[in-house]
Amino acid sequence: MSIDIIRTGAELELAARVVELVRQVAGPGAEAEVMVRHDAEALTRFANSMIHQNVADAATNVRLRLHLDGRTAAGATTLVDTDGLRGLVERTVAAARLSPPDATWPGLTSPTPLHRSSGHHGSGERSGLDFGFDEATARADPAERAGRVRDFVRAAGGLETAGYCRTTYSSAAFANSAGQSVEGRTAEAAMDGIARAGGADGVARLASGRLGDLDGAVLGARAAAKARAGLDPVELPPGHYEVVLEPEAVADLLDNFSMFGFNGKAYAQKQSFAELEAEQFDPSVTLIDEPLGSRAEHAPGLPFDDEGTPRESLVLVRDGVTKAVAHDRSSAAEAGTTSTGHASPASRTWGPYPSHVRMEAAPAATEPADPASPVAESAQPLIARMRRGLLITDLWYTRVLDPKTLVITGLTRNGVWLVEDGEVTGAVSNMRFTQSYPQALANGQVLGIGSESILLPDRWSGTRYAAPALHLASWNLTGNASG
Amino acid sequence: MSHFDEASAAVQAALEAGARYADCRVMVRRGESMSARDGDIEDVGSGESAGLGVRALVGSSWGFYAVPDLSDGAARAAGRRAAQIAAASATVPGPPVDLVPAAAVEASWANACEIDPLEVSLSAKGDLLVGATTAAKQAGADLAEAAYQVWDTRKWFVSSEGHRIDQHTRECGAGVWASAFGDGEIQRRSWPSYGGQYGTSGWELVESLDLIGNAPRMAEEARALLSAPLCPSGETTLVLGGEQLALQIHESVGHAIELDRILGWEAAFAGTSWLDLSQLGSLRYGSELMNITIDPGRPGALGSFGFDDEGTPATKRDAVRDGIWVGVLAGRDSAAVAGLDYAGSVRSDGWARLPMVRMTNVGLEPGPHTLDEIIANTDDGVFMDVNRSWSIDDRRLNFQFGCEIGYEIKNGKLGRMLRNPTYTGIGPKFWQSMDMLSAETVAWGTPNCGKGQPGQVGHTGHPAAPARFTNVRVGVRG
Repeated sequence: MSIDIIRTGAELELAARVVELVRQVAGPGAEAEVMVRHDAEALTRFANSMIHQNVADAATNVRLRLHLDGRTAAGATTLVDTDGLRGLVERTVAAARLSPPDATWPGLTSPTPLHRSSGHHGSGERSGLDFGFDEATARADPAERAGRVRDFVRAAGGLETAGYCRTTYSSAAFANSAGQSVEGRTAEAAMDGIARAGGADGVARLASGRLGDLDGAVLGARAAAKARAGLDPVELPPGHYEVVLEPEAVADLLDNFSMFGFNGKAYAQKQSFAELEAEQFDPSVTLIDEPLGSRAEHAPGLPFDDEGTPRESLVLVRDGVTKAVAHDRSSAAEAGTTSTGHASPASRTWGPYPSHVRMEAAPAATEPADPASPVAESAQPLIARMRRGLLITDLWYTRVLDPKTLVITGLTRNGVWLVEDGEVTGAVSNMRFTQSYPQALANGQVLGIGSESILLPDRWSGTRYAAPALHLASWNLTGNASG
Repeated sequence: MSHFDEASAAVQAALEAGARYADCRVMVRRGESMSARDGDIEDVGSGESAGLGVRALVGSSWGFYAVPDLSDGAARAAGRRAAQIAAASATVPGPPVDLVPAAAVEASWANACEIDPLEVSLSAKGDLLVGATTAAKQAGADLAEAAYQVWDTRKWFVSSEGHRIDQHTRECGAGVWASAFGDGEIQRRSWPSYGGQYGTSGWELVESLDLIGNAPRMAEEARALLSAPLCPSGETTLVLGGEQLALQIHESVGHAIELDRILGWEAAFAGTSWLDLSQLGSLRYGSELMNITIDPGRPGALGSFGFDDEGTPATKRDAVRDGIWVGVLAGRDSAAVAGLDYAGSVRSDGWARLPMVRMTNVGLEPGPHTLDEIIANTDDGVFMDVNRSWSIDDRRLNFQFGCEIGYEIKNGKLGRMLRNPTYTGIGPKFWQSMDMLSAETVAWGTPNCGKGQPGQVGHTGHPAAPARFTNVRVGVRG
């Protein structure tokens, strides 16, 4: 069974129709921007080693924002017939006329071509950038997802398993009354699962632009190896520990840095730790937002944002120096700069944030890694150099205690081990930590970075991160999960 | 306008495609929101979404498919596709699926609503938010923010067992926030709660909050917090205000009693639960003052409905009685697996999402005291209120919460304001230490409960009153 979702040009025509409707209803003076997204998502979820939820949906969402006589309003609809679109326009025009004046309207994006990228696979025919888009992922059917689940379950060798296999497809277009008109499409696949052995959980997680890159058997075997290695954990006293964070845990750091630190609105309102051109990180740290993909990787996102601004790579931190934060047009105007292409429907209130951050990996390891180890391959050389510390796989339920210092509390999950003299010597129970993330990556605190950045899906949204393993001098563990 | 015909067509098509059970929800939702910052409107938005979602059970496997098209043809195609997806699930099968019995219901339900939130003019709403942020700014806030949200949802539910239910739910809420920037830190005060107060109610709820009247005090307290002493570290007697206790209930009781978590269905994401079904009816969860109810029929609370998304009528039941764990939040299939005879707690956040076990109104029944009496009876301790941060482990045992504001309690009186108050503990140990409970209950609304994959945002209500806990670790620092 294939899903009839592959379309090109339909969204751009829809966006142009809405811009024209705005002209008819509100006159030529209205500034209008229209984002049309057709999203199809399918997810096969398993627990207790069986598929228990298997879902799919597809919808087109039209979002209109307009500025009229100094007032701004936005509206959205999934009703895309003539009556639905006219209703959207009339409702939004009426809302704009009734709204209080908007003194901070940043204006529209002027006509600007999309940026080309060797990693981008998401644009439609008219952009000339339709290379690399994986039709097979966009067209994946439930049986293909179920097959990967079956492989994961079998590879776990009888351990209880749970997780999901997901494919998504988006085709989108943007048009505004200033003449900007762009379109693109993207597809993504992800698999995330755990295996459970006697109260110990092990995890394996991977994102890709190609479903074909996801091997359920490999992931299931990795999760099972971790779970088996997590049996009989001991409790350790709270304190500051040297740690190696595996890529899954590092992705949480990237997520919180993105949402709160490199958020342009938080920066403009002085709620972020970020100070441009300041040496805020260890010189080994480089962070780049890559919505158009990189190297041979498929692009994870669309080539433009919700204001029609073309996306491109954005260097957030280069060699330890903070270089940029993400902006939409509003936060950019407030900060006296230009948009970086990070507008979203919520960015004017929540703030724009980078959603495809890569932490640059270190040069390749010189020692061969053990592929059968429960430890992530790129983390093995880091562990070999640790005299006494903890190997942490995953972080969970992390929340900000103070946005300015980015002090965060949360717990470990899916595997913690004690490392002594370069060897894993035993499993450790989950612990709570309370730690300033910028402080953990400050100058002199980063003792090593893994040689490979792994693509990892975000737990909640469609964003993803590319994370290597990370060896840190200190991580503040404030208590055992058991009390 | 009714959409029973489209829902019926989808169910019929799923049955013809091999399903032994099917249901369909048609949902039409309108929403509206506005936010303001420092006396200016920041964002005004509205949305309309319509579609249908079909659930089909083929053999022992579920399938779900959703489309935004309400035509008869689209409904039938969606029904067939749901059945096909269910058939694919059978390649990794589980044990037989049963549903606890349910009588077919034909009914309509709508919540009480004095002032339709979508009929209040945008200019009046804007004036409210501009007024509140201006008042906070004038009182010393470095950053003043305010916002409201409105949801108007109509649903038509049909099942292959004969259900035909339509519901109209109107929800809204608002809040104002004042931040003060110090040297390397930020303090924030929120009125009336961390994210605002929300309910299944008309605009009268927002009017009752008096955002403009309370905004100056929020700004003054945020400024005062910058120079307040840090919350001391150590074990002490902790008095929690009702707003913070509502989140404590949500995180350490509400999620823990979700049957899908207990059964392991959320193990890879939301997590499991420390609760073991073999202990239902005998496990001591808290002190004898602890009486937690599941009450989706509570008027005005954010987790209210007439029927859940499986057609089960709203029914009040006990989750914890006199400190003993006695009930769970359940759906028809999870209840059958657990051998229970009730369901009624299944919802989804839209037509495109699979209904799953969600909290309704999970609340703590009131006690005999007042907050003043609790403080007067405390020689040495800390009072904390209004959530600032929340974190709990995947089994819902180890929690750490931060609050916006704290006060020391000395010799039965509130003393100095305390900065960055936090407390931590283990769920059952914490609840067993509750020794005084107030009668001053408010049903706090939580409109941002995340669960499920693909992610869903749930609306839940939590009646709660101030309470006292002994020997609690406070003042955890990074």
